[in-house]
Amino acid sequence: MRRRMRGVAVAAIALTSVMTMAACAKDTGGSGNNSNTGSGAACEYATPPTASATSSTSAANGDKVDASALKIGLAYDIGGRGDASFNDSAAAGLDKAIADMGVKKENTRELSAAPNEDESAKQTRLRQLAGEGFNPIIGVGFAYAESLKVVAPEFPDVKFALVDGTVEGATNVTPLLFAEHEGSFLAGVIAAYQSKKCHVGFVGGVEIPLIQKFEAGYAQGAKAAAPNIKVESKYITPAGDFSGFQDAPKGQEAAKGQIDAGADVIYQAAGASGKGVFSAAKQGNVLAIGVDADQYNQATVADTKDVIVSSMLKRVDVAVYDFVAAVAKNDLSSLPKVFDLKSDGVGYATSGGKIDAKLQEILEGYKAQIIEGKISVKDTP
Amino acid sequence: MGHLRGKLLPPALAIVFSMLLCGVALVISGANPFSAFAAMVTHVGKGSTFVDIINSTGIYYIAALAVAIGFQMNLFNIGVEGQYRVAAVIAAVVGGSIALPTGIHTLVIIIVAALAGAAWAAIPAILKVTRGVNEVISTIMMNGLAIGLSAYLIRRDVFGELRGNNIRTPEIPESGWMPGISFGGGGTMFGFIFVAVALGVGYWVMMNRTRFGFELRASGESSTAASAGGVNAKKMVLFSMLISGAIAGLISLPELLGRDHTFSLNFTAGIGFSGIAIALLGRNHPGGIAFGALLWAFLDKSGLALDNVGVPREIVTIMQGSIVLSVVVAYEVVRRFELAAEQRRVGRELGTVGGAA
Repeated sequence: MRRRMRGVAVAAIALTSVMTMAACAKDTGGSGNNSNTGSGAACEYATPPTASATSSTSAANGDKVDASALKIGLAYDIGGRGDASFNDSAAAGLDKAIADMGVKKENTRELSAAPNEDESAKQTRLRQLAGEGFNPIIGVGFAYAESLKVVAPEFPDVKFALVDGTVEGATNVTPLLFAEHEGSFLAGVIAAYQSKKCHVGFVGGVEIPLIQKFEAGYAQGAKAAAPNIKVESKYITPAGDFSGFQDAPKGQEAAKGQIDAGADVIYQAAGASGKGVFSAAKQGNVLAIGVDADQYNQATVADTKDVIVSSMLKRVDVAVYDFVAAVAKNDLSSLPKVFDLKSDGVGYATSGGKIDAKLQEILEGYKAQIIEGKISVKDTP
Repeated sequence: MGHLRGKLLPPALAIVFSMLLCGVALVISGANPFSAFAAMVTHVGKGSTFVDIINSTGIYYIAALAVAIGFQMNLFNIGVEGQYRVAAVIAAVVGGSIALPTGIHTLVIIIVAALAGAAWAAIPAILKVTRGVNEVISTIMMNGLAIGLSAYLIRRDVFGELRGNNIRTPEIPESGWMPGISFGGGGTMFGFIFVAVALGVGYWVMMNRTRFGFELRASGESSTAASAGGVNAKKMVLFSMLISGAIAGLISLPELLGRDHTFSLNFTAGIGFSGIAIALLGRNHPGGIAFGALLWAFLDKSGLALDNVGVPREIVTIMQGSIVLSVVVAYEVVRRFELAAEQRRVGRELGTVGGAA
């Protein structure tokens, strides 16, 4: 009994000391914020490349495509339509195909993955679509790679596409890949030019190779623009725990930590957790950069849109739309191998008016250099 | 007869009740419950669904057995989730990096998985017997650590390799696979299902026909009475936790040896938590658990049909949750009812209580 009492006492002391320490940390964080101007001097910028006259040319989609005969199936990743992120972007591409190419709404079907499901569930979902005559079928997310490897050969006449992944050996699966690191490079340049303290941050949802591409490009871009810049980097959850894409409070914590450390522009690639990053930016009176869609115009984050300087656009919608058009024209070879800066598959948004003409000129300069291959962007941190 | 009724009635009531609840939820959300349930039942015959249900039953069965062994001893091993994750990644790494003859290779992977699961369970077990740390707290924390450890082990600079945007451990060569039974278009049944059945038989024998099982159950019923009878409580905690962890280590093997052959980001998580629910549903009885696992697998796999007919699939999650809740309530109601009936019977025989109580 005495021993137990002692244990309780020790625990109580430990707890109180932790709490006081936390309080202290909070204090220093607060005061540090005020006196931070010393450590965070303004950036010294590298000489930006000048924009070449040739601006990028978007893929010529001149002639009208009729896709009214197609039955389109979409298999989403976790979250499905309405996730304000990746899946929604694919849904937007489908909606555009319905509006522009005469695809009938009743001839489309969208199924989405459940958290923690196994491979067989993904296979069943694809078989359901293929078995009911949907063609083409688009798997949204690299999680469908293994299941497509099994299911695609079972339906050799069906045209499949896989967003963010390739399937080795399956000829009827079209990969829809993106150069996220190239777009993120420009996000890094934007962050560097928007930062007052020459200190920026990146919040990733889950530490997986796909999100590391965003981080790598961003850090490289920021450092290219301002060689002495400080870049914070934080992932919400480690690989294997996909809750990091759906946890706004944790996103807010991660961003707050970076803001307390002195970062004043935060780029997020965290799916639905990104809402929390925007909230933290608003509270901390700093700026944020969105991801995937033009988040300034997104209804779900409308209350924090004034902090969103720009968004790194990953045009899953364009890829889905172009794939449907290519299937309708029966010419899959017209699709780019990778949706990159050159093909306007990735880019940056200017909504909100925070990117002035001068910065835009700088960005176009870097963009041209990447397209011409003078800057090669790393895809691993 | 009444004994059997007491055992079968509560789960039956719980299932009926949760079906009614889900029916109401479906009506409120504007869907026809009958067509939804019909879609689920007819889906069983389509494609590989039937085989998928059997496979999934086996996996859930192993998970629930792992939990049940702890329950028998009044130990709440919430750490099954972390134990099987760690075991899966270690077994995949070892299996993918060694070369052994067919059969032996598979056996080594199985042993490694069981040892890894037991080792991960050993930490909370040792903490409990030496420091009295509550296993609920420590195993939950170990689950968090398990995610971190598995994430570290599949990093590109550790054991992982990049496949498109996925990372995974090196693929286990064919000598380490466990062949299944192929039904052509109907899918392939995992060979490990037979191991799951053997585990169930072994569990029954251990609980009912060995001294260890007796001591385990005695400690679970009353630890003070058991220690008065000469049972070493600490030893029992340690052993039951280790066995629980070892079995938990086998959870991912049906998929690892029979289909995936690698540990990747697509790893099926959450089975450990389902195992807790299934063990509760099956009341730690090997037969009851089998039934619970089958029900869970059926709901999981045939629930995929719901999306396809425009019904939100989350209804299956509501159903699983309400089954667990109502089965606990139903057991308690039936127990009290039988207790009251027993009291009345005894009272009547002794003549102390008048006819109608």
